[in-house]
Amino acid sequence: MTDAVLPWVTVAFAVSMLLCLYRLWVGPSLPDRVLALDTLYVNTMALLVLIGLWIQNAVYFEAALMIAMLGFISTVALSRYLAQGKVVS
Amino acid sequence: MTLHPALDALIAALLVGAAFFALVGSIGLVKLGDFMKRLHGPTKASTLGVGGVLIASILYFTVAGNAPFLHELLITGFVFLTAPIGAHLMAHAAMRFDATAEPPPAPGQKPERSDAG
Repeated sequence: MTDAVLPWVTVAFAVSMLLCLYRLWVGPSLPDRVLALDTLYVNTMALLVLIGLWIQNAVYFEAALMIAMLGFISTVALSRYLAQGKVVS
Repeated sequence: MTLHPALDALIAALLVGAAFFALVGSIGLVKLGDFMKRLHGPTKASTLGVGGVLIASILYFTVAGNAPFLHELLITGFVFLTAPIGAHLMAHAAMRFDATAEPPPAPGQKPERSDAG
């Protein structure tokens, strides 16, 4: 049953990434785009774990962990830049 | 790789639930009205969506490898710790960036904000 479900779950995550991309494209404000990037990296992480599950390879987990860390750092940096005009005080 | 049918069904149900909540989060991100409302949608994707996929992955690799495969708990813990911090910082940035972006009044409350707050 998992094999039958996996392609559709992958498609659902890909569609939600496309919706994030739409929000990233239209904005309208800069914090909206930061929020869209944040959601985009969360969905990317889940998609990578899902691909690892699909091809039965546990290596993709490390890429997902890396995306989680870099995504959080980039969200914090962009938000601080928008709020204060500088990243490091 | 043949799984026990009950476990197979459990993993499939977790994946379908995760996909549903990821879609709900992204549709909320697209359709809701202003930034403070849009901030609610992706929280579902980052907790229930990612959490469901990671629990399914833990179950699958634990059974397929005949040994506990708990590395995914690292991602789960990291995401659950950092998602509220990121949301707080983004809300802070929105309020500094756009002075009119304020939290909407609670339902049933008068739309005028009191000056005491």
